Amino acid sequence: MAQDVKTADMLQMAREFFQLLPHGRLLGIEVRQADAERVQTRLAYRDDLVGDPQGGHLHGGVITTLIDQTSGSAVLCRLGRLEAVATLDLRVDHLARARPGQAVVAEAECYRVTPNICFARCTVFPEGERARPVAASMSSFMRTGQVPGFVEGSR
Amino acid sequence: MSAEPIESRFRALQAAIEQWPYAALIGMQPLLHDEGLQFRLAYREELIGNPALPAIHGGVLGGFMELSAQAQILWEADCQLAALPRVVDFSIDYLRPGRPEDVMGDCRVWRQGQRVANIAVAAWQGDPDRIIATARGHFLMPEAEAGAVGAR
Repeated sequence: MAQDVKTADMLQMAREFFQLLPHGRLLGIEVRQADAERVQTRLAYRDDLVGDPQGGHLHGGVITTLIDQTSGSAVLCRLGRLEAVATLDLRVDHLARARPGQAVVAEAECYRVTPNICFARCTVFPEGERARPVAASMSSFMRTGQVPGFVEGSR
Repeated sequence: MSAEPIESRFRALQAAIEQWPYAALIGMQPLLHDEGLQFRLAYREELIGNPALPAIHGGVLGGFMELSAQAQILWEADCQLAALPRVVDFSIDYLRPGRPEDVMGDCRVWRQGQRVANIAVAAWQGDPDRIIATARGHFLMPEAEAGAVGAR
């Protein structure tokens, strides 16, 4: 494992990887931590990410995108190389809602790797309130092999 | 079925969706056909998740399907809900990569009760039989009451 990317380089790899994803950039997803064990990301609150105009809560789709990207990155970091993976399925349980104005943090781990499929889980909580998760997710990813030029010039 | 003409009910739905910031951000809009309601995610470069393929971000496909489900529930309630249906859980299966073009969404409400609605969504591009993603989810129903979200 991690034969291609050293742990110390993973945060850098994850950050460069995130910069290549236009939709992640649109929402403003940032990487806070990345290694073979887990990936942690953060999403700042913004008015245009709101689902319900009365309550001012982030839309569930925003949380889903944060989870998909964080879980996929956790798979990449666990594989330790820039291999393209595709989300097969992803389930999100919405346990609570973050308060309007509050940033959220997602933490994902890839807990099982097989030749074809990787499994991940992810928790989202309001920043500074780890004990009050807003979402929990399970997902699986299909490995597609290394794609030359998948992340050009990143290493 | 509503006693209200379908066109004014559709205008109420459009007016409600226009107030959802995330729907405006990703570019989700409702369409009215003879067969019923559909939803469109208008393609733009900012929806891309994987630039190598390129493919639309799986998260935004999920977000589009979730918004479509909420709008469909509002529609089935004659656009008379006090608040947006609130997502409880949402489960997405990805069948094919989303190509860089518009995505369409069809919803099916399996059950809309007093407290919870169960709804399925299919997303496709070009050919309705070539589904790129499906989703199902549960939503908490707000109290049925005229005026607040739609039908203004």
